[in-house]
Amino acid sequence: MSNDIKIRKGLNIKLKGEAEKIISDAPRSKNFAIKPTDFHGVIPKMVVKEGESVKAGDTIFYSKYSDKVKFVSPVSGTLKEIKRGAKRRILEVIIEADSTDTYKDFGAKDVEGMSAEAIKEHMLGSGCWSFVKQRPYDIIANPDDTPKAIFISGMATAPLAADIEFLLEKRKEDFQLGVDVISKLTEGKTHLSVDKRSASFLTDTKGVELHKVSGPHPAGNVGVQIHHIDPVNAGERVWVINPEDVAIIGSLFKTGKFDATRVVAVVGTEAPKAQYFRLKLGTDVKDVIGEVSTDVRIISGDVLTGDNIGHDGFLGFYHNTISLIPEGNTYRMLGWLPFKDNNIPSMSKTSLSWLFPDKKYKVDTNLNGEERALVVTGEMEKVMPMDIYPMQLLKECMVQNIEKMENLGIYEVAPEDFALVDYVNTSKVEAQAIVREALDIMIKEVG
Amino acid sequence: MSSLRKKIDQLKKPFNKGEKLEKFAPAFNAFDTFLFVPNHTTKKGAHIRDAVDLKRTMITVVIALLPALIYGIYNAGYQHLSQLGEAFTTMDAFAHGAWKVLPMVAVSYIVGLGVEFIFAIYRGHEVNEGFLVTGLLIPMIMPVDIPLWMVAVSVAFAVLIGKEAFGGTGMNILNPALTARAFAFFAYPTYMSGNKVWVSDASTVDAVSGETILGTLAAGKEVAYDSWTMFSGAIPGSIAETSTLWILVGAAILILTGVGSWRIMAGGLIGGAFMAFLFNLWGANSLMTFPWIEQLLVGGFAFGLVFMATDPVSAAQTLKGKWIYGILIGIFSIMIRVFNPAYPEGVMLAILLMNVFAPTIDHYVIQANVKRRKKRLSATTAKSV
Repeated sequence: MSNDIKIRKGLNIKLKGEAEKIISDAPRSKNFAIKPTDFHGVIPKMVVKEGESVKAGDTIFYSKYSDKVKFVSPVSGTLKEIKRGAKRRILEVIIEADSTDTYKDFGAKDVEGMSAEAIKEHMLGSGCWSFVKQRPYDIIANPDDTPKAIFISGMATAPLAADIEFLLEKRKEDFQLGVDVISKLTEGKTHLSVDKRSASFLTDTKGVELHKVSGPHPAGNVGVQIHHIDPVNAGERVWVINPEDVAIIGSLFKTGKFDATRVVAVVGTEAPKAQYFRLKLGTDVKDVIGEVSTDVRIISGDVLTGDNIGHDGFLGFYHNTISLIPEGNTYRMLGWLPFKDNNIPSMSKTSLSWLFPDKKYKVDTNLNGEERALVVTGEMEKVMPMDIYPMQLLKECMVQNIEKMENLGIYEVAPEDFALVDYVNTSKVEAQAIVREALDIMIKEVG
Repeated sequence: MSSLRKKIDQLKKPFNKGEKLEKFAPAFNAFDTFLFVPNHTTKKGAHIRDAVDLKRTMITVVIALLPALIYGIYNAGYQHLSQLGEAFTTMDAFAHGAWKVLPMVAVSYIVGLGVEFIFAIYRGHEVNEGFLVTGLLIPMIMPVDIPLWMVAVSVAFAVLIGKEAFGGTGMNILNPALTARAFAFFAYPTYMSGNKVWVSDASTVDAVSGETILGTLAAGKEVAYDSWTMFSGAIPGSIAETSTLWILVGAAILILTGVGSWRIMAGGLIGGAFMAFLFNLWGANSLMTFPWIEQLLVGGFAFGLVFMATDPVSAAQTLKGKWIYGILIGIFSIMIRVFNPAYPEGVMLAILLMNVFAPTIDHYVIQANVKRRKKRLSATTAKSV
């Protein structure tokens, strides 16, 4: 098929601790949290006060700059605490859950006859808009924009990432309905990318332009797929939605309820039970993973892009993976010698690990060195399957040269596309953070 | 191991944040992190990181340099002893060479690292490992009889003016080691060129000529060495540049580990061979008629191409740019050699010249990418109008 996308550059980091393909229902957490920090650039305006009770689907807060975009409670219960950080920034809104959920009824809808405007209104009102993100800038989409296309990546290539087809197996109808809904939001195409090797139900999805993708990570990143299908030019907008969230949107239109149920993979060498769990957004992670030692880092998301949520953290809003890996706060004597410590994976041939391409590794969070000036060239390009010069772009990001950033393709990248650059670069430069900061400047200066 | 670690942590206490020696922490850390890869964990961005770091990369280059250095030490002794006409053993040659070369290496490291440490403390960043390579390269490309104080001054010039003045490691335009050599070349020409500097004590042994092959050719005389000797390196020249054989071993290490750019090396080889072959066809003087393969074997061509041109900071940084950069270095090396008998060694100047032009090469390579993006934008805006 001509719609195939073949990615050659990139890197599959093979790790131990894959999730077994079983889905169990996670025990219901006592506390759930919505974290404003998950929504980059959103400044929350609280609607509910501490001690008030909410239903699943009730608005908790909305965005200060776009009051249409609402964020709702995933469960019914009582708002227990608003946790604040420095400068009184709201970090977590914690809801003590009832034993069973009562839902706010948004009313079932017949998608057929609905206009784009009506769909938008319905999604905004029910909190489902927060699932729709935009490129450029990797932030929640502005509902007043008209996107040139919508992209869904039905393929995950990050290390130990949850298998999207497995996550959605039981939610085919919701997914299809969700696709029907969101495809009305654009006059352009709705693109769905799937793993080339798979023959799952995703390939039968109707109303989308299907792309079969093959190749190493980051082939599954929606940004890489956009770049190869219909790249973002200056001034254009495209929207992206995670496939599981498409299913949540589908179920909203079918039942009229905001059902934040999601299947999540618990992975990593330190996971007591590496398997899939059915739970709700904002779940208290410790209730799912069980006992883990304090020397373990608990990451909401995958090991390349996720957030360190600590031992009392909650599942992130967009995440479908919880990764548990050991902290690497240990010293390694003479560990900088070439060909020493080959148990640490490396793309560089200064380690013998490249001789064993199929070996799976146990990794920890050690930086394996210290940050240095950018010296080595050519390594970032190896993991950047886009027509973009990563190092040159990063340098322009550091000096905040807006025109040059534009020229070099800042609109086409999201921080996650630089996750592998973080991983491979010899100088231990924090590429994702640099790109995020640069995107924020672009939002401010260009909009 | 853990008791050693405890000892270090104890010694480190006064250097910690808020303690009185905090400012000097970079100096302490430089030694500490050489013994142990630190226990730093990822704070933002990807939670896991590749095993490679700059120390590992730089040490790989040092390892790649060792074969040529060891042979260079031997050859320094060999050239000196064989001009005396007395019998000697290989060990004698090594001993004499080591006596000459190792102090130069020591001076280079002490002066260079001294400057690096001062700047690290002054600027409050960690000591960069790049000088481990630079500090070894500088004595390797000097004539054996150069006084140690000249080495010291050249190193100081290279690090201060060639590197730190531009903002430190990663920012320099010129290769620091070549900057040191160029400085010495123009500041102390009598010690850096001519026919008496390439063999230890040649100036005191009257009858013997210690000219380099290129010097001989420039003077229009007959070359007394066969191709194998040129390849294996038992010829006069700067300390470690003579043996193409052992330089190739280094090149293999750099290419197999991926630390050195094979594109630059291959480009340089193609450019140099092409230029030398053209001159063979032209054949106007003895430098032009010198067989093109031997052109590539003698002088600093191989050494410069493998170890100097591939310095990632001063070289072109894009893949296409590396090819262009390498080919031009090859072409200019031979051209300068042939056209300017005053500088029989063209490699140094060719690389420095291309160091200056590398950002320009990259600019045009990247501009192609920018143009593609702009074309795409104007195509879509045209469509929507």
